[in-house]
Amino acid sequence: MSAAPAYSEDKGGSAGPGEPEYGHDPASGGIFSSDYKRHDDLKEMLDTNKDSLKLEAMKRIVAMIARGKNASDLFPAVVKNVACKNIEVKKLVYVYLVRYAEEQQDLALLSISTFQRGLKDPNQLIRASALRVLSSIRVPIIVPIMMLAIKEAASDMSPYVRKTAAHAIPKLYSLDSDQKDQLIEVIEKLLADKTTLVAGSVVMAFEEVCPERIDLIHKNYRKLCNLLIDVEEWGQVVIISMLTRYARTQFLSPTQNESLLEENPEKAFYGSEEDEAKGAGSEEAATSTLPARKPYVMDPDHRLLLRNTKPLLQSRSAAVVMAVAQLYFHLAPKAEVGVIAKALVRLLRSHSEVQYVVLQNVATMSIKRRGMFEPYLKSFYIRSTDPTQIKILKLEVLTNLANETNIPTVLREFQTYIRSMDKDFVAATIQAIGRCATNIGRVRDTCLNGLVQLLSNRDELVVAESVVVIKKLLQMQPAQHGEIIKHLAKLTDNIQVPMARASILWLIGEYCEHVPRIAPDVLRKMAKSFTAEEDIVKLQIINLAAKLYLTNSKQTKLLTQYVLSLAKYDQNYDIRDRARFTRQLIVPSEQGGALSRHAKKLFLAPKPAPVLESSFKDRDHFQLGSLSHLLNAKATGYQELPDWPEEAPDPSVRNVEEEDLSLIETHVGLLGEYTEVPEWTKCSNREKRKEKEKPFYSDSEGESGPTESADSDPESESKSDSKSSSESGSGESSSESDDEDQDEDEEKGRGSESEQSEEEGLKRKTKRKKVAEGLEGSSSDNGSDSNTSSSESEMTSESEEEQGEPASWRRKTPPSGKRAPAAKEISLLDLEDFTPPNVQPVSPPTVVSSSLAADLEGLTLTDSSLVPSLLSPVSSVGRQELLHRVAGEGLAVDYAFSRQPFSGDSHMVSVHIYFSNNADSPVKGLHVGTPKLPAGISIQEFPEIESLAPGESATAVMGINFGDSTQAANFQLCTQNRQFYVSIQPPVGELMAPVFMSENEFKKEQGKLTGMNEITEKLTLPDTCQSDHVVVQKVTATANLGRVPCGTSSEYRFAGRTLTSGSLVLLTLDARPAGAAQLTVNSEKMVIGTMLVKDVIQALTQ
Amino acid sequence: MIHSLFLINSSGDIFLEKHWKSVVSRSVCDYFFEAQERATEAENVPPVIPTPHHYLLSVYRHKIFFVAVIQTEVPPLFVIEFLHRVVDTFQDYFGVTNVGDQLPTGQLSVVPWRRTGVKYTNNEAYFDVIEEIDAIIDKSGSTVTAEIQGVIDACVKLTGMPDLTLSFMNPRLLDDVSFHPCVRFKRWESERILSFIPPDGNFRLLSYHVSAQNLVAIPVYVKHSISFRDSSSLGRFEITVGPKQTMGKAIEGVTVASQMPRGVLNMSLTPSQGTHTFDPVTKMLSWDVGKINPQKLPSLKGTMSLQAGASKPDENPTINLQFKIQQLAISGLKVNRLDMYGEKYKPFKGIKYMTKAGRFQVRT
Repeated sequence: MSAAPAYSEDKGGSAGPGEPEYGHDPASGGIFSSDYKRHDDLKEMLDTNKDSLKLEAMKRIVAMIARGKNASDLFPAVVKNVACKNIEVKKLVYVYLVRYAEEQQDLALLSISTFQRGLKDPNQLIRASALRVLSSIRVPIIVPIMMLAIKEAASDMSPYVRKTAAHAIPKLYSLDSDQKDQLIEVIEKLLADKTTLVAGSVVMAFEEVCPERIDLIHKNYRKLCNLLIDVEEWGQVVIISMLTRYARTQFLSPTQNESLLEENPEKAFYGSEEDEAKGAGSEEAATSTLPARKPYVMDPDHRLLLRNTKPLLQSRSAAVVMAVAQLYFHLAPKAEVGVIAKALVRLLRSHSEVQYVVLQNVATMSIKRRGMFEPYLKSFYIRSTDPTQIKILKLEVLTNLANETNIPTVLREFQTYIRSMDKDFVAATIQAIGRCATNIGRVRDTCLNGLVQLLSNRDELVVAESVVVIKKLLQMQPAQHGEIIKHLAKLTDNIQVPMARASILWLIGEYCEHVPRIAPDVLRKMAKSFTAEEDIVKLQIINLAAKLYLTNSKQTKLLTQYVLSLAKYDQNYDIRDRARFTRQLIVPSEQGGALSRHAKKLFLAPKPAPVLESSFKDRDHFQLGSLSHLLNAKATGYQELPDWPEEAPDPSVRNVEEEDLSLIETHVGLLGEYTEVPEWTKCSNREKRKEKEKPFYSDSEGESGPTESADSDPESESKSDSKSSSESGSGESSSESDDEDQDEDEEKGRGSESEQSEEEGLKRKTKRKKVAEGLEGSSSDNGSDSNTSSSESEMTSESEEEQGEPASWRRKTPPSGKRAPAAKEISLLDLEDFTPPNVQPVSPPTVVSSSLAADLEGLTLTDSSLVPSLLSPVSSVGRQELLHRVAGEGLAVDYAFSRQPFSGDSHMVSVHIYFSNNADSPVKGLHVGTPKLPAGISIQEFPEIESLAPGESATAVMGINFGDSTQAANFQLCTQNRQFYVSIQPPVGELMAPVFMSENEFKKEQGKLTGMNEITEKLTLPDTCQSDHVVVQKVTATANLGRVPCGTSSEYRFAGRTLTSGSLVLLTLDARPAGAAQLTVNSEKMVIGTMLVKDVIQALTQ
Repeated sequence: MIHSLFLINSSGDIFLEKHWKSVVSRSVCDYFFEAQERATEAENVPPVIPTPHHYLLSVYRHKIFFVAVIQTEVPPLFVIEFLHRVVDTFQDYFGVTNVGDQLPTGQLSVVPWRRTGVKYTNNEAYFDVIEEIDAIIDKSGSTVTAEIQGVIDACVKLTGMPDLTLSFMNPRLLDDVSFHPCVRFKRWESERILSFIPPDGNFRLLSYHVSAQNLVAIPVYVKHSISFRDSSSLGRFEITVGPKQTMGKAIEGVTVASQMPRGVLNMSLTPSQGTHTFDPVTKMLSWDVGKINPQKLPSLKGTMSLQAGASKPDENPTINLQFKIQQLAISGLKVNRLDMYGEKYKPFKGIKYMTKAGRFQVRT
């Protein structure tokens, strides 16, 4: 960012070759080398009129700031340029201002009016940047101005500006926390925003300003879940993290039934599925009998969150993957948590910093859920090139994963590690072996033997670490290991590492009865070297002396006294204290007799063996993936992850009145489609969804195929079912291989789960119904509202054409009463257009050969009205004027889209042209003049009409290939002596031809055309539009599509292909009671799709 | 979020700073320097360092530390990911000629990763399928662990708003994938087809993992005999590199690197081909082998002089191997076809395959 100006410095210089090379010294080539002392020079440059010089000066100044040099004395010279017209200069001035405004508040105020002006700029980018800078200037005096600016920007029509407003909120809050209440209002407003652009930023603001106001989320919960997939990566992280907390307050623990199994984590992991299956199975029985204990049913909203976050595990962003992983860890039923393992393991390929963080989290998770990572054991094997900190974390994970089955492999691996050159790592490995030995009884002796062998290692650190670990292991079963203790005692001659010496001495003292001969001798040696020992060793010598005195005072009395005397005069007060304390305890004196009688009990009490456990144990009380978890300490601003509630709070708080779960925006990009299955199609698509959810529960779909398909679907459906499932099966089954015995249980679990999800779907649907009934009025204007905003924000390239076109049609519509009898406002899409049957245009015979086309020329209007239009539904557009008779000097020309295939070229739209001569003289030589056509459009002219007598009419057919666009075809209509410029613009519905397909084909194709190829809108059907017949008629009139049979009565499907490219256009209309409906168009041609949605909605709602 | 950012070079100079909120004194970096000193090696500096008032989160790339200063709780990966993206951007920015094109311009568009109005006279789309073999081979030559990590890097220079689909002959090989945000996930889920509107220029379309359960072909082997003797101060060293499962392709760009034990003072070696160096200070042996000729296997042999009097080192060095095989994706992954929709011109399409050693280690 800050380096940007530096780079383009050269470019800037060469950009204006005419400019003098003013103040451009060789040193200015790079920011890192040059040193600017001549600030006067810069001031002068800033004062000139030349933008290039100003730019040059600003680049240098910003470079100075970036290097940490003080440039504050330039403030007056720089701030003057805040109003500079040059946008590049302006940007750099902003950078400067943000840096120094806090230091020079009075001068900074001079710039405020510029920003206030900028906030009103018609360009959204300028409005946004003005707000960004204004909110970054930390001058308390302008807080009210900032507040005002934020409020205004929060209702800006540009989502980009609203996003900037959301960013400004935490900045203002950090400047003046008294504004909290007002800011919360803004946050509440922005949380209701429906664009993906705003969502992440406002949740960030929410987290910084009012994370405790969880109530603000309720109404936006479902929307956030559904938008999530399309939000940018940074926003996703923030939203997921917040929703994790939210879910912990609103839903019930999905593992509550399993808590009994918790004690044995491994069993619990495998057992959980079975358990779930039981839970879910009993659920049905339970609902009828009303048992005392309520069975667990996952809230559909809880499920929604899990479902919508899962695809994000495939994100390229490590932060997003981690966020989803922690969400699953904290919220998902145990059987489902496993999916995150693969994604986390994938992150181990990333940069070492990412590995570091991921491994910390895996270490914590692997304690609770060992089974999840077991299949990936080898991914944690250590390479000699790993940095030490990574090695140690991997070792931690390997140790956590070690169990009875894999311990031989793990130990073999550890054996290689012990021979590493990295001694810190070797030490950690020895400790890891110690932990394995404590946790897995079977290998305790093997480990101990191995460690004893290490005692002869040449590296002292290795030996020392081994001693420490052996000491801990011996404490568990000291009696059997007298030999080892003897061996250790010998080591005191060589080993210098204090901790190891201390450990040996402690062991000898503690178990002196097992080595009665050696112990006094060791003490003798130690007494000799006492003064030279380290403090911890000295303390242990005193300890040893005391214990020996108590057990074997004959041999050691003198030695002990000697040691205690030495200790008495030691430099370290701890040692002096210990000596005094010990003497009082063990040596009977006149007063202290009471204590010394119990001295043996005090010193030689049986001590519990130390528990070697992971430092990651219980770290999961911090939210995983958080800074606090990583540091194992609460960081400032950390929000506790609440415990699950005992009773679920009222789920209806999340019901939204103008619920608009289908996304208004066109979806683009990664994963976009997950939300794309619009909520309302869920019921009919249930089979599909089930399929999609299956990987949640199991991997081995292949085997379960038969049972699955038997109970549910029509044949064709199940075919595709098994196909895709076997595919996913092979993909994943490999990873979780050897628990075949689990399959049965899994199946059970799966079956009942999917039932549950069905139920979920139903509930959802009914809920939505209620909502729809509740308010009809507001939903329609809400729809149009969002419509405009979305087209504005997203259709940068397309919108121009799009918006231009409808307007131009209207312009061309003649104000004639014959087409639309009762037209108040003339629009081509007025439905009245086709209601009166007598104005229906020609419907010529189906097969139109070129010769036939010529024959048709003879047909007149009156004839045509007699021909019933059975074959093809008629375009709503009807006949339109091509040339008015006044402009045509008596020649009137109309045209209509006949919806017949054009004989010459199947890519062409066939257009019927009706000529009528109202003049007194015949019109001769009527033909199409040389057309000047935009790229992609071509015309097949009609054969020349030689003569048209006065009062006569004629018809001709021409073909136009519009290139799948609604661009007008402009051409000349020539007579013998005149030329008329005319233009035909097709409504989007005429650019396609119907295709017939089965319901299944339709579904299949629709499945391919999702994401940004799918456009969905909500609408309310008026009362006049409730019957099947009317709906179908209106849709087919608007667009030349064929009806596709459909199982559900409330759903209408239509299909067609665009004429030029043959791209599929699929239209689905789902009508629900009370007029609410949802229209979906799937097409590769996004522009066509968007326009078609508009047109059809207009047709249906008018 | 991030308060400030400091860039620190290898000699410990803070050469760039940027503050997003109020200015944090650069003296906060002293905590970082302390940690750096403790870590001795750059790669061991903890990525997260708590200080009394701040948290320092850093990444180390191109011999530069990027240190972000944080004041409140934030997911550490959020910051680390961001810093890496910053570095990526710098890399693109300073490394590529057409800089103007690289800066983000699409933030308002429907397709945020692509700017509108892209124009090229030559429309081309190149895809590189690059697979890396991560492996650990034990002393006896058997594979401890091996897996394939692949990426598809693309360089797409296409006019307008092309909509591409890329399909594979054998998509089931891909066990775990992560996508550039442009890829339509559902299309992948349902059809195993990559469908996307590409960003302009260079980008990583896909990263994938080929399951460890599939047997991974190991294209090279290393025969080694490294021995230290207690009695003498001389050790013997000999390694030979040879091809194993190469699918008939040549193995090129082979380099061998090994960290020798501290006790090794010097090495006197003769390579049958290529050049080798031994740094007596870092004890790093590297041998640039070049191409393997199966008829005459490259070898490196000679003696090591050990510290006199010291006992023989108990560790044997690990051998790290690098190599390249052109025109081969070792997993067998094959691109079936690339189609373009939405634009009329015919683009030039190219697909290249390559296999490389990733983290490929041979234990001795």
